[in-house]
Amino acid sequence: MKYWMLISAALKRKQTRTVLTICSITVAFVLFGTLRSIAVAFTEDVDFSGDDRLVVMSKLSFIEPLPMAYHQRIQSVEGVDLVAHREWFGGTYIDVNNFFPKWPVNAEVWFDVYPEFIISEQEKRDFVNTRTGMVAGKAIAEKYNWKVGDKIPIMGDIWVKEDGSILWEFDLVGIFSQEEGSGVYGGDQQAFINHSYFEESRMWGKGTVGNYVVKVKNKEDNERIAKEIDKMFANSSDETKTSTEAAFSKMFAEQVGDIGLIMNSILAAVFFTMLLVTGNTMSQAVRERTPELAVFKTIGYSDSKILCLVLVEAMFMCFLGMAIGIAISFIVFLFLEDDLAAFIEGISFQPSVILWAFATALVMALIAGLPPALGAMRLKVVDALRKD
Amino acid sequence: MSDSLVSVNAVNKIYQRGGEKLVVLDDLNLEVPKGDFLALMGPSGSGKTTLLNLIGGLDTPTSGSVEVDNARLDTLNSRALSRWRASHVGFIFQFYNLLPVLTAFRNVELPLLLTKLSSSQRKEHVETALNIVSLVDRASHKPNELSGGQQQRVAIARALVSDPDILICDEPTGDLDRETSTEILNLLQVLNRDHGKTILMVTHDPMAAEFAKRILHLDKGKLSN
Ligand SMILES: Nc1ncnc2c1ncn2[C@@H]1O[C@H](COP(=O)(O)OP(=O)(O)O)[C@@H](O)[C@H]1O
Ligand SMILES: [Mg+2]
Repeated sequence: MKYWMLISAALKRKQTRTVLTICSITVAFVLFGTLRSIAVAFTEDVDFSGDDRLVVMSKLSFIEPLPMAYHQRIQSVEGVDLVAHREWFGGTYIDVNNFFPKWPVNAEVWFDVYPEFIISEQEKRDFVNTRTGMVAGKAIAEKYNWKVGDKIPIMGDIWVKEDGSILWEFDLVGIFSQEEGSGVYGGDQQAFINHSYFEESRMWGKGTVGNYVVKVKNKEDNERIAKEIDKMFANSSDETKTSTEAAFSKMFAEQVGDIGLIMNSILAAVFFTMLLVTGNTMSQAVRERTPELAVFKTIGYSDSKILCLVLVEAMFMCFLGMAIGIAISFIVFLFLEDDLAAFIEGISFQPSVILWAFATALVMALIAGLPPALGAMRLKVVDALRKD
Repeated sequence: MSDSLVSVNAVNKIYQRGGEKLVVLDDLNLEVPKGDFLALMGPSGSGKTTLLNLIGGLDTPTSGSVEVDNARLDTLNSRALSRWRASHVGFIFQFYNLLPVLTAFRNVELPLLLTKLSSSQRKEHVETALNIVSLVDRASHKPNELSGGQQQRVAIARALVSDPDILICDEPTGDLDRETSTEILNLLQVLNRDHGKTILMVTHDPMAAEFAKRILHLDKGKLSN
């Protein structure tokens, strides 16, 4: 550690330049900490529970509605256990920032199709029997401090009531949690609405649903049942596309997976730039110090010691910038986590990012520091001293 | 073994410049006894610095042998040479070559970082060296807060601090006025006389050379009186 004074002397030589370099490394690592954490959430393999659910959606796209009349016909297919349906409600709870998915669903079977959601029998019955009923995931209820019995006002955006009003009022009749580690789509970050009130009050779209979720009796029949359903509606005005829920979610995830790729590309560009900046700073710093380095060698500092001193100097800047940057991105997540969680589950500061940041800082220091360090090492004292 | 501290035998130093050969030192011999104070004079470009660098272990000859304090410098590799330099020789240059961001104390301490001395032992050595050059009260000053003569004295303290046998001075007063030069040369004399340092000094200035015990001239690769 006695050599520390030499490193600090080198860094203090041009303080402004050192500070600016560390600042730009910091900015790069703030981006690294945040974007990597988000990218991890997007690209991570999602653990979808069970393949015993099929999703039936319009062949055109998953925002195209399907006739409610399909319900009975799908139910009649051999091997089908239960048929549920859901609709995207959209809407705003008080403030646009309070985003969470809300789905009108057929309350009668919903929780039988999704046994991963834990809810009391009483609340389940209340959900079925209350036409304006809503059940909320635990995370949502806690976030907005909701209690059973509360009235929940939602301003519609897609959905307008028959009287032209956009204010929908629902009664909170239950709060569900999710089975530990079930990884069920949406988790407890969403709310379900009894379809009946929604259906009779909406101005348009009556008689349709978003898509169907079909619970099968036996996973082995998945392929046959999917084919049979699609064949049944072939050549109708609303053709269907049936896949397993896992495949459906995967398709969804693949689209957001591209976001992960884009983020990683941005990061690569940022770090390439940082390499140039740091590398340039280091070569400049070493070039200016040629006479000093010659003195070190004259008084007996070995070539390898000189190499180490210059490398440690580069590492100091990279690691300090990295530490500050990652700390800032951690703080950013402390504030943003809740808001982000509504958009995609599992977004949070990823501890694995710290490890990657270390590795990145190390590689950066080596690539930026090694050329000038080698130059300093190879410097011949006799020639360097002569240049005065 | 002779009582010579430095023994240069049949040394050639040849530089290759493009296709041309430049013979800087030509079959040169030199004996420097322990305790000597030798002034080396000669025209610019005659090879004075080259000779000092060979004796100080900064460079190796094209042929011939250089023996200093019983070590054959011409046979050592660069790693061994730097280790040898750290403990056997102190260098003093025309332009002091101090580190601008470090205090006088820290500058003098630099060579000691290579030793196993504890920080309190290092402090003791640095204070002794600064005391010899009468700069104890300037220990916490940075080079730009010191005069040229004071900076050169810091450089001398740095050369002394690891207690080497030989001091190699390449035009130590080349950048100083007459009065300050005399101060520095007096100091070198004290080091030679009272502290037993063997000194090799290159100078252009005949007055400066007068401070030495003997003077040699280097010209066309050869030494003469
Ligand atoms: N690395 C080198 N390559 C080629 N020529 C050199 C090199 N170093 C020194 N010389 C030449 O050797 C001669 C002696 O140089 P030097 O010892 O510095 O002379 P002095 O110190 O007496 O002025 C000069 O002509 C110089 O140009
Ligand atoms: Mg010279």
